[in-house]
Parts: sequence; structure tokens; C-alpha cells
Amino acid sequence: MVTGAGFAVRPARAGVADTVVAGAVGPVAGESPRRRAWAAAAAVVDPEVPVLTIADLGVLRSVEVSDDGAVRVAITPTYSGCPAVETIRDDVVDALRREGFAEVRVDLVLSPAWTTDGISEDGRRKLREYGIAPPTGRSRFGEARPRGPVPVEISVPCPRCGSLDTRELSRFGSTACKALYECRACSEPFDHFKVH
Amino acid sequence: MSGTEWSPEAGSAAAAGHRAGAAPALPAAHRPEHVARDDLHGKVAVAAEALDPELVTVDGPAATADVAEYALWLGDDALVLAQRLGAWISRAPELEEDVALANIGLDLLGHARSLLRHAGTADATKERQRTGTAGRGEDSLAYWRDEPEFRSCWLVEQPNGDFARTIARQLLAAAYQVELYGRLTASSEPTLAAIAAKAVREVDYHRDHAVQWTVRLAGGTRESRRRMTDGLAAVWPYLDELFRDEPLIGRLGDAGAGGVAVPPSSLREPVTAVLRGVLGAAGLEEPDVVPAAGGGRSGSHSEHLGYLLAEMQWLARRHPGATW
Repeated sequence: MVTGAGFAVRPARAGVADTVVAGAVGPVAGESPRRRAWAAAAAVVDPEVPVLTIADLGVLRSVEVSDDGAVRVAITPTYSGCPAVETIRDDVVDALRREGFAEVRVDLVLSPAWTTDGISEDGRRKLREYGIAPPTGRSRFGEARPRGPVPVEISVPCPRCGSLDTRELSRFGSTACKALYECRACSEPFDHFKVH
Repeated sequence: MSGTEWSPEAGSAAAAGHRAGAAPALPAAHRPEHVARDDLHGKVAVAAEALDPELVTVDGPAATADVAEYALWLGDDALVLAQRLGAWISRAPELEEDVALANIGLDLLGHARSLLRHAGTADATKERQRTGTAGRGEDSLAYWRDEPEFRSCWLVEQPNGDFARTIARQLLAAAYQVELYGRLTASSEPTLAAIAAKAVREVDYHRDHAVQWTVRLAGGTRESRRRMTDGLAAVWPYLDELFRDEPLIGRLGDAGAGGVAVPPSSLREPVTAVLRGVLGAAGLEEPDVVPAAGGGRSGSHSEHLGYLLAEMQWLARRHPGATW
């Protein structure tokens, strides 16, 4: 099954998303099969952060439809051990079957590695409204990786009251991608989507 | 979907097709409707030939035999350490640490899955040529190899001990993995490079976690300092094995010079430098210990691995193809 031949690994949203109207779900007269397939796959939500679609998260990498109607979807995991990947795969298959695509294959691509920089602005707004503080700043793994154990601390605004007077309770939260914080202004705990 | 199925849900599992092997903790909405609401265990279907349809990774070509062997080195380290950390769930000193150690274990399990899956592609090529069937998947490699077939180092096999000893083991393991994966991103083997590029950010976070706890325990009470000191002394003998080159590495070539693998000997200096920095910050002495024999890369393991594998593998072997 691992052929890889002729299969282009696309950077998130390059060449595909920019040709597709976000949120356009369902068959529309004149729409190309690829646009329909992309829209159906892009509407699948993350099972652990159900306000975000896999397109918002940057998990959906590419959707290709061959001449005979077979769909090939590439997704990338957020964290290596993300247990949501299998569920996302199944939900993508279901969504495309509902859209009338009988043959669907979902591949897992690791490269380029997912970072929180791939979360869309819309996704960041939805996270905040959901009560999860979105990632602050850009991934420090984007370019040359600084050496040495020197974590950079940036204040995380409380998603409820906006205060910057917050503190980290635990570097690990309810899922691999989140840390647990507490707001000292409104006293509410909240999840922070870690910069990754 | 042939094979022995005795679950009342077996029929629906087969009908659900690709869903039959879905991940644990299937959301309630996705369960077959006739599964009783009070069935907290979800559906358990056992089908000898219905293994979880694994996600196929498409970052590069199938592994050669040598690449597969190297992937087992790294994958087995991650798998065994993940299994060890899982034993802390519900037993850590505080809830946050329960979550932290579980999350670290989950990351490591993810690395293990990617690496074992890639190792399995080498077998797949051979198997297809010979029998026309797909070869060993990640589950087959994790659950159906015996102790001498594992390639884990002795460090990750060491028991959890108390919390400080687990942190000491984490410190050494993560310091090694950060340097290893950082260099492996330059590998000429595309799948190994892709796995390393994902893993390096995660083990960097693990190292940070271990560093913080090492400093905190060393600077805490007299008791916490004693435990941290004892923990480091207990795991330090297993550091040396991580830096020993083997003929395999010579065949694969140095990733820093257009080759595939990271020579273990090239990691001794940078890993030791990081550890000395941490010990300095914590005000601790480097343990004066004799290196352990080692030999995990050739299947000669510490006395602890067999027990760990017995616990990890019994369910898959007792119920081949079990899904839930």
C-alpha cells in the first residue's frame, strides 16, 4: 500500500483550499467533484475540539479526485500519538460517502510536520469563543530550532475575561495539544492550545 | 471478517466495515444503536483475521531491511517507555502529573506506531513477493514478537521505581531523544526524517518536563533531594548503551553526511553536556557508576523486559484480532 509514487505531499492549504469556498457543503450544480469532495472533508470536525473543522486545524492536507471518482485524502496528525486520527479518518470516509463518493482512501502524511501555525484565524476565533485560549505566537520549530532547554514564556490571555494575569497550572492538559491554565482575574481555569 | 466472533455486536461490527477496527473510546454517537447504553465497555468484537485497518503513511518508499532494523531500535525504545509511563496512570503524586506522564506516554506511543509501521513495510515487501499478502503491521510487531526480537535499550526497560526515579529515567531518555531526533531530521530516508521532525518537538517538551522536576525535587526537601539523587544513580548506568555504535549504523551511514542513521557515538558529547547543565542547575553530582552491560540492540535485554512484555502482550495474544 505504501507506494508514494506520484503522490504530492502538499503544504497545508496550498493550491487546494484557495480554490474552494469555505463552508460550501453539499452538491451544487456545476461544482467540480474535487471542490465537492474538499468541502465535504473540510467540514469534518475534530472529535476532541468539536468547534474546529479539520480544515481550520490544518489537519486536512489535500483532496484528490481521480477521473473514475475515487477520492484520495491526505491528513496529518497534530501530535504523533493523537488518538483522534482514526476517528477523523472514519468521519472523512463517512462524509465523502454521504456525498456520493464510493471509493475513498485516507492517507496519513507526516511531512511537513503539523504546527499550530496552521490553525486558521477563523479557527483561533472559534477556539477563543469555545473557551480555549488559542496558541500565542508562532511555533519555534518553523525555522532553525534553537538549542538548549530555554522555554520562552508568553502571557496567555484568559479566553473568558481577556486578562493577561494568568498562570500555567500544568504543562499537560486534557489532550496532548493543550495545557491547563488559571485566570487570576476571574479565577476560572481554562485550556490553552499550546504553541507547537 | 471471518474468524471467531462471539460478541453480540459482531454482526454489526462486520457490517460497519472499516469502523470495525476504530479506535477505543468510540464516541457514543458512533456506536451501533443496539449497544445497550449501560454497556460501558462499548463493543468488543474478536475476529482472528480482522485486524485494525491501519492508516497508511505515505511519506516515502518501503523500508529496507536495515532501515527496518533501525526503526525497531527507536520504535521499541518509544514503545517500552510508553508502556512504563502508562503504569503511572492513577498513581502519580498529583492529578496533573498523572495527566502529564500519560500524555508523554501517548506521544511516545505515537512515535512507536509510526516507526513500527515503517519497519513493517520491509516485511510487507517480502511477504507480498512470497505470499501475496500484506506483511506485519505495527500491532503484529508490538504484540507478536518475543523478548529477543525486541531492540529496546536497557534504560527504557528499567522499572518506574518512585516518582523521582521515573523522572530521572525521563531526563536521560528525553535528553537522548532530543539530540537523536534533531539530527535524524536530516536523514536521507524520507519517512524516518518525517517521523523525526514530528517527534523532536514532542520530546523537547518531555525533556523540559523532566528538567523542571529534576531541579524542583533536588531543591525541595531533604527527602525529595535524596530520592532524586538515588533515582539518578539508579538509571545512570544505562546511559552508556545509548552511545554505542553497531555495524548496522555503519551500513546505514551518518544522517549528517547524506546517510540514514544517527551514529550513537555522536550523541555522547551533546547529551552529556545537556545532562551536566541540568545537574549543575539542580546542584547535583554526576553519579559515579559503572556502565551496565547493555545489549538491547542485539536482543539481549535486562531482566525487566520479559515481565513488561507479558503484561503488554497477553491480551492481544489471548484474543487475536480483538477490537473495541
